[in-house]
Amino acid sequence: MLTPLKEFATDIRIQQMEEFKTRGFGHLGGSLSITDCLAALYGGILRIDPKNPSWEDRDRLVVSKGHSGPAVYATLALKKYFPLSVLQTLNQNGTTLPSHCDRNLTPGIDMTTGSLGQGASTACGMALGLKLSGKDTRVYLVLGDGECQEGQVWEMALFAAHHKLGNFIAFLDYNKRQLDGYTADICDLEDPAEKFRSFNWYAKRIKGDDPDLIRETILETQKEQGDRPAIIVLDTVKGSGVKQIEAIELNHHVNITAELADEIIVQLKKEKEG
Amino acid sequence: MFQCIYNGEKEAKAGKNVFGATIRKMLEEDPQVVYLDADLMNSIGTSGLENTLPNQVIEVGIQEANMMGVAGGLSAVGKKPFAHTFAAFAARRCYDQVFISIAYAKNNVRIIGSDPGVTAAYNGGTHMPFEDICLYRAIPHATVIEFTDSAMTASLLPKLKDRPGLTYCRLSRKNCVAVYSEDSTFEPGVANVLRDGKDVTIIACGMMVAEALQAAVELEKEGISAAVIDMFTIKSLDEACVLEFAKKTGAIVTAENGNIVGGLGAAVAAYLSETYVTPVIRVGVKDEFGQVGTPEYLAGVYGLTAADIISAARKAISIK
Ligand SMILES: Cc1ncc(C[n+]2csc(CCOP(=O)(O)OP(=O)(O)O)c2C)c(N)n1
Repeated sequence: MLTPLKEFATDIRIQQMEEFKTRGFGHLGGSLSITDCLAALYGGILRIDPKNPSWEDRDRLVVSKGHSGPAVYATLALKKYFPLSVLQTLNQNGTTLPSHCDRNLTPGIDMTTGSLGQGASTACGMALGLKLSGKDTRVYLVLGDGECQEGQVWEMALFAAHHKLGNFIAFLDYNKRQLDGYTADICDLEDPAEKFRSFNWYAKRIKGDDPDLIRETILETQKEQGDRPAIIVLDTVKGSGVKQIEAIELNHHVNITAELADEIIVQLKKEKEG
Repeated sequence: MFQCIYNGEKEAKAGKNVFGATIRKMLEEDPQVVYLDADLMNSIGTSGLENTLPNQVIEVGIQEANMMGVAGGLSAVGKKPFAHTFAAFAARRCYDQVFISIAYAKNNVRIIGSDPGVTAAYNGGTHMPFEDICLYRAIPHATVIEFTDSAMTASLLPKLKDRPGLTYCRLSRKNCVAVYSEDSTFEPGVANVLRDGKDVTIIACGMMVAEALQAAVELEKEGISAAVIDMFTIKSLDEACVLEFAKKTGAIVTAENGNIVGGLGAAVAAYLSETYVTPVIRVGVKDEFGQVGTPEYLAGVYGLTAADIISAARKAISIK
């Protein structure tokens, strides 16, 4: 038996496969690897109202690795921000679900991202603005490991600590791969938690494939971070939860046949049944 | 010398494969050539080169601004850098580094921006460069080139290896409509007259050259004789050619896969307004952002088709 959060994560994966199946290609690897994090966030952490996506007092989420939009869209549809059938329009002409997150097109998307590094700063700006307005809302940010090669991420890191953004929690999807290959071969991030700690952040590093553990860690972080920004480094696998996709070495952007998508959907449904 | 082989069909080779092979050849022939990329080697047909030529190929990672500064430094110690990223990031993400550390400091660097305009397709608005021509034109003394097809890439790219200063090249990584024979050669700054005409001149670059040739065929059926010029060097503009055809036809249409603000059309119109006043109708994106879609769909949305060129030609002629 799966826990409710694990079941939610599996449903998100199933709906992602439905999206990719219709389109035939997409950023599968990095979408799958943030799924467990999204399950934890939307499975009870985020203060949100799907009926009122622009509610002023909602928590905000910025997925700075904006190419993982399909994972977020699947989650939003399951939370009833829009009908599941809309997922079929992923990346089609005139869609409301573009490859990269767009706050002007999709209900529930808080920030437009896709140019890597930029979501780091906009999330930080939201956290600062909400803090300055005396709100108790929180801002969450999802970063990629390749993305952390952008200097902007580290400018943001200095800034967030300086401004004591205790309402700010970032996640690093440490899946060790980027577009061209392994992050360690291209420009190594080494121990990112240690780096953020040296910037005066509260930092934790955990296994990133367990939504229950992610949830617990978020709750603990909220208690412990005080007036520091926090980062939870998630050790993940690119393509996480779908062995056929994990096994493709360069799985950043891949083609997928309807047959393979169906095979994966059947397999995920079986996992749910246990 | 060039030969136009246009018949509406696409090239057999994808732009990225030709680019990869051309870069490899240059690296092998000249040890001072270095190639830099910001995590898009797999997208542009150069992956693997870092293993075979590790002293000349630098996979920088996702840090375009740093890459441009590094390229400037490499040039300062005698290397001949070629740096690639998507055109959107080459233009927007590192403009000050390109401006200062390359152009202003007088370093010699070639920047290749791929996925011009609507060819960015499914990557959508964040990745869709409509402004790169404008931004690079605004850098003093820069050269701005758009490769029309991959025959041009293979022939012209190596010629840029020893070019002084900043050279920006727009390049499609997909299969372009074939315009040139493989043995064609090109001179930076010298436009190619692909078709002579009497009534109107269409000045185009990039994927719009094929649309212009198509439009000219259809205009001919209406009894309108249209010249077609491939202005693959957008800066420095081949002013002599523009002037000659303005005088000859008295009406100009420009066509580009990007924003008309500051682009090819703006360059042509500005030049003619100061020399030989001629109607110039600009076909291009009318001050809009990008979005996801197939290139064909987006060309329709933004008005980048042969049909748009045809109506622009009629309009230009009507206000002669
Ligand atoms: C500024 C910028 N440069 C380049 C790209 C192209 N690009 C999109 S995703 C990607 C790799 C991202 O790697 P990572 O952050 O590790 O994401 P993940 O592996 O988790 O998908 C690249 C290079 C981009 N979107 N933005």
